Amino acid sequence: MSDEERPEPDGLAADEQDIGGPDVVGDEQDMGGPQVVGDEQRRHPGAIAAMAKGFATVFKQVFREDVTEQYPHEIVQPPPRSHIGRHLLNKHENGLEKCIGCELCAYACPADAIWVEGADNEPEHPVSPGERYAKNYQINYLRCIMCGLCVEACPTRALTLTSYYEMSWTTREDAIYTKEQLLEPPLPLGTTPGTEEG
Amino acid sequence: MDWLDWVLLVARVVVVFVGLLLMVVVVIWVERKVIADMQTRTGPMRAGPHGVLQTIADGLKLFFKEGITPTLVDRPVYLIAPFVAILPAFLAFAVIPFGTSVTLFGRRVSFQLADLNIGILWVLAMASLSVYAIVFAGWSSGSNYPLLGSIRSTAQMISYEVGMGLALVAVIMYSGSLSMSGIVESQARVWNAIPQFPAFVIYLIAGLAETNRPPFDLAEAESELVAGFHTEYSGMRFAMFYLGEYVNMVTVAAIATTLFLGGWRGPHPSFLIWLWPVLWFLLKVFVIVYVYVWVRATLPRVRYDRLMAFGWKFLIPVGLLWVLATGAVIVLPDVYGRRAIMIGGAVAAAVLLVVTLVWPLLTSNDRRAREVAS
Repeated sequence: MSDEERPEPDGLAADEQDIGGPDVVGDEQDMGGPQVVGDEQRRHPGAIAAMAKGFATVFKQVFREDVTEQYPHEIVQPPPRSHIGRHLLNKHENGLEKCIGCELCAYACPADAIWVEGADNEPEHPVSPGERYAKNYQINYLRCIMCGLCVEACPTRALTLTSYYEMSWTTREDAIYTKEQLLEPPLPLGTTPGTEEG
Repeated sequence: MDWLDWVLLVARVVVVFVGLLLMVVVVIWVERKVIADMQTRTGPMRAGPHGVLQTIADGLKLFFKEGITPTLVDRPVYLIAPFVAILPAFLAFAVIPFGTSVTLFGRRVSFQLADLNIGILWVLAMASLSVYAIVFAGWSSGSNYPLLGSIRSTAQMISYEVGMGLALVAVIMYSGSLSMSGIVESQARVWNAIPQFPAFVIYLIAGLAETNRPPFDLAEAESELVAGFHTEYSGMRFAMFYLGEYVNMVTVAAIATTLFLGGWRGPHPSFLIWLWPVLWFLLKVFVIVYVYVWVRATLPRVRYDRLMAFGWKFLIPVGLLWVLATGAVIVLPDVYGRRAIMIGGAVAAAVLLVVTLVWPLLTSNDRRAREVAS
């Protein structure tokens, strides 16, 4: 019957050879009928060798360096170009805002976290180059999922992500960052008011 | 006995009780640190230096948490169960000698609460009693998961108790004593762990199952049974189960130390003579705790039917054979003389060698040949 000739998956066969030692799995296959390999497999002579290997593998980890970061005490700076945290509204070198109030970021946002109100620039006192600027710009960080789609959508590179991740609030209102806040570059990590060092 | 004896007795009880509690605090911390070390983590770091006070913080938290009593519980049994859990665990420790003795106020005070002449039987009795806590908790919770967990746990503990008992029987026969201090005495020359190595291994494995520790923690398999028998417990009562579990673990390690690793014996300098045995004892206990944590870090939880199969079809037969072998080694030289025994032993060893090493080789060649043919 077909079960007798059941081929073993390649991976499994290779594993068994790795374990070493003689192998008695499936000795009873001549008896025919569907085989339950599990229980025999566990008792084959390689089992102890395999367990010893496992114990050795675990014990080797003892001598490796711990990966844990002692966060508030020692702050490990994220890579300089990482974009894992808060947004930043950028400005041109002459002080004008890059944001042109096009609302594409708000349109791209899957979490509906961004609110933009565009307005016409006054020619005498332009806020941004061109016709339009953002009169109001808010990001609700209780909704934001840090996906970065807004940054991709931005046609003028006005909106970018920073590596600043120390954000916590005690009210819902505080979680909504206003345009003024978003224009400010974030403080260095660990210096935020309310943390141990700040 | 005058009043001073009573004071000393009470003091000893208090010292052992508090010492055991402290041990549990340290053991839990050690376990978390060691397992973190084996996973390249640091473990608790915030409460006290390197997190030593973490256990105390957790205990305090549990102490102040609300103890919820579900509506469907069988109240008296439900309330008694946590106490039943910790009581035998503490009581079993009473017969363990964790040092020699010290002279206080002109009286000899031994580092053992009660040197019962049936010490090992006391240990076994207490181990059996701890099953009741699990049965009580599981049954009285009035909920499915605790019941299933407690049934599993009960069957497991009863099964492995047999294997454990057989390992202990071998030790008793070899040492010729039922009292713990007598067994420590008998290990003056060589630790039982060497001549009684199979019994040692059986005891360690059965001990894992008795304390419901991984890889035998099926009673608490979170993926299928939430938390097993203590699912419906919270706050202080949960803390008591937790405490009982770890006291049990310390006790199992202490018994392993006493029976197999020479107890408090070890070389020591000639000053502070009473202190060194205690330190040796603690060191050995922590070595065993380390091994248990290592096992936990390495092995996955076993399937329930395999757990039972391993207990009944492997541990118990091997234990029985080992008891037989130990008996043979003790009795036969007196009956037939040393020479015949040596020859017989050599033949037996050869047969064993053939059975364990050569036979599987032959059969596996068979199989390879079949594979090639197909």
